[in-house]
Amino acid sequence: MGLERLNPAGTAPGEKQVESRGGPILEMRGVSKNYGSTIALHDVNLHVANGEFLTLLGPSGCGKTTILRLFSGFETPTRGELLLNGQVINDIVPEKRKLNTVFQNYALFPHMTVRENVAFGLRMQKRPKDEINRRVREALHMVHLENLADRRPAQLSGGQQQRVAIARAVINNPLVLLLDEPFSALDFKLRKQMQFEIKHLQRQLGITFVFVTHDQEEAFAMSDRVVVMNEGYIEQIGTPKEIYEEPESLFVARFVGEINILEGVILEVQENNSYLAEVEGVVFPLRTRREFARGEKVRVLLRPEDIKIYHAHEVSAPSRFLQGRINESVYKGATVDVSITLDNGTKIQSAEFFNEDDADISYNAGERVSVSWVAGWEVVLDHAAE
Amino acid sequence: MLQNKGFRFFSITTVCIWLGVFALLPNMALFLVSFLDRTDTSFFIPVLTLDNYLRLFAPAFIRILLKSLALACVSTLTCLILGYPFAYLLARSNRRVRPWLFLLVIIPFWTNSLVRTYAIFTILQNNGVLNTLFNRLGLVEGNFSLMYTNFSVFMGLTYTLLPFMILPLYASIEKLNLRLLEAAKDLGAGPVRSFLHVTLPLTLPGIAAGSILVFLPSLSLFYVPEILGGINYRLLGSFIQYNFSKGANWPVGAAASTVLTLLLLLMAVFYRLAGRNEREGGAAALSAPGGQTAPARVERG
Repeated sequence: MGLERLNPAGTAPGEKQVESRGGPILEMRGVSKNYGSTIALHDVNLHVANGEFLTLLGPSGCGKTTILRLFSGFETPTRGELLLNGQVINDIVPEKRKLNTVFQNYALFPHMTVRENVAFGLRMQKRPKDEINRRVREALHMVHLENLADRRPAQLSGGQQQRVAIARAVINNPLVLLLDEPFSALDFKLRKQMQFEIKHLQRQLGITFVFVTHDQEEAFAMSDRVVVMNEGYIEQIGTPKEIYEEPESLFVARFVGEINILEGVILEVQENNSYLAEVEGVVFPLRTRREFARGEKVRVLLRPEDIKIYHAHEVSAPSRFLQGRINESVYKGATVDVSITLDNGTKIQSAEFFNEDDADISYNAGERVSVSWVAGWEVVLDHAAE
Repeated sequence: MLQNKGFRFFSITTVCIWLGVFALLPNMALFLVSFLDRTDTSFFIPVLTLDNYLRLFAPAFIRILLKSLALACVSTLTCLILGYPFAYLLARSNRRVRPWLFLLVIIPFWTNSLVRTYAIFTILQNNGVLNTLFNRLGLVEGNFSLMYTNFSVFMGLTYTLLPFMILPLYASIEKLNLRLLEAAKDLGAGPVRSFLHVTLPLTLPGIAAGSILVFLPSLSLFYVPEILGGINYRLLGSFIQYNFSKGANWPVGAAASTVLTLLLLLMAVFYRLAGRNEREGGAAALSAPGGQTAPARVERG
C-alpha cells in the first residue's frame, strides 16, 4: 500500500492552489461505510473547496456513489464526520441539507409537468407564488426549456429530461450540487454537449459541483480536481493533468488511460532527483521526485504518446535503446498506434502524432526498431506499490 | 403461421361464445325482464311496463340504496385506511419477510367465505369471543351482542373485502420508484409532504382499482348482510336476492340489478378518468410526431 493512501487529502499538490478560492464547503473526516460485512468506504478524508468542480472517478463499486449518497444524506456513515460549510451534518435529515442532487436517470416526477417539477423545491420552501413563477421561468430559460414547460417528463427526450433535472436542482440555490453519473443514459454526441453545458453552467452559477463518473475522459474534460477511487479507498486527488501525468499508483495510471509498465533496477543515485537505472536490460537516466536507494526495484510508467520509435537505420548507438519488433501499426487519423514486442518479450504500446518534420511514422509489421521515450516524462514507482 | 391463426380463431371464438352465453345473454334477459310485468302465478309476463323502476323510487328502496351506499363507502374507506399501510409494508419488506406477510393476505382466500362470515358471527354474538374477552378484561359486565347491527355487517364486509384492497395497492406501491422519494426529500419535502405530493398521486391507480374492487362487492354481497344483519336486514344485494327468491318478484329484482350495473359502469368511467393522467404523457408523446421533432431541434440548436 502506498504512502499516499494513508494520507490521501494532504499530499495532493493541486489542493493548495484550488483551496485559495475559499475554505472547504464540503468535508469528510475519517468516514467509513459498511454494508453488513462489506466495506464500501475505508476511512476517507476529503475536502471540497468552495466553487470548484470536483469529480469522483472510479470503476463501479469503488465507493464514489456512496460518497455522494453520504453527502446528500440517503446513507449514514458507519464512522466519521461529514461537514457542510464547517458544520457537522451527520444528524441532519436530507430534506434539511443545503445540497441538491441530479440523479442518475433523473428521477423526475412523472405525474408533474416540467414546470411543476422545477417548482417543487421552492414550493416545499413555501415561497410566495410570484417568486416561484419568476424563478421557475429563469431556471427554464437557463436550460433552454421555456417552451416545453407544460410537458410531462415522458414527452421529453433524454437530453431534455437531463436539463429538467438540473434546473430542478439548481433553482434551490444549493451550496453544493451533487451529480450522480448524470450522462450515463445519453448517447455519445449528446453526452459531449451536456458536458460542455454543465461546465459552462457551473462557471456561470459559481456553485460547487461534485460529480460522479466512471468515464475518465468526462472527468478530465470537466473537473478542476479529480478524486480517483478504488475499492473504497481514495487512490489519488489532483488536477486532471497531475492525475494523467503523475499517477501515484499503478491503479491510477491504468485507469486513466493506456500505460506501458517497464521493470527496472536503480543502479546509481545522482543529484537533483536523478538516477541511473537498468530498464528492461538497458541503462537509462531517470528523473523522479520519489526517493530510491541503489539496487531498489522500480517500475517505469510511460504513456503511449511519450514513447519514441526509431527505424533501425536512424540509430547510431543501439545499445542505448530498447530493441524490439513492430507487431502492428494502426492508422487512427490523428495518430498512428504502434504495438511493439521487445526482445525480452515485454509489449509496448505507442501512439505517434503526425508531425510535419517527421513524416515517416509508418512501420511494417516485423520491422526491427529502437525504442526510447521523451526524457523526463517517465513516472517511476516503487516496485511494491500496487 | 396457419396453425397459429387457427389457434387464435379457436380460442377467441370459445371465449366469445362463453361470455355471450353466460354473461351477455343473462344480462340482456335480466335487462328485458326489468321492463316486464308479473302475475301471482308466473315470474313475468310479456307486458311492457316501467312500473318496476318506478317502484324503486319508493322510500323503502331509497332507504336500502342509501344505506347500501353508505355502508359500502365506509367499508371501502376503512379497507383503504387499513390496507394502505399494510400494502406499503408488504411492498417495502425484505424478501424473507414478504412471503409470510403475503400469506396473511391470502390465507382467507383459501377459506370458504361463508365459514369466515360465521367466524365473525361467533366473535360478535352474545357470549361470543369479544364478549368473553371484554368480560375477562373487566371492561364490561354481563352479556352483550354486536350482532344484527350496521356494525356487524360493516365488520363482515370490511373483513371479507380487505384483500381486494391490499393486492392492487401492493401492485402500485411496489412499482413506485424509490429514487422519486429520494428526489422529493432532496428537494426539501419531509415524510408527510413527500407522501402527499409523490407517493399518493403515483399510487392513485392502485387506490382507484382497490376501491372499486371493494365498493362494488360491498353493495352486492348478499350473504354477509343476511348472516350478520339478520333476516330482515336489507342491502342492495340482499334486496335483489330476496326478490328473486322468497319475494318472488323477478322484474323488481331485475330493475334493482340494472341500477347496480349502471353504478358499476359509472365507476368504470370514473376509473378511466382517474387513470388518464398517468397514460396521457406517454400516449401524447407517441401520437404527436411534432412532439418528437421539436425536442431534437432544441438539442441541436
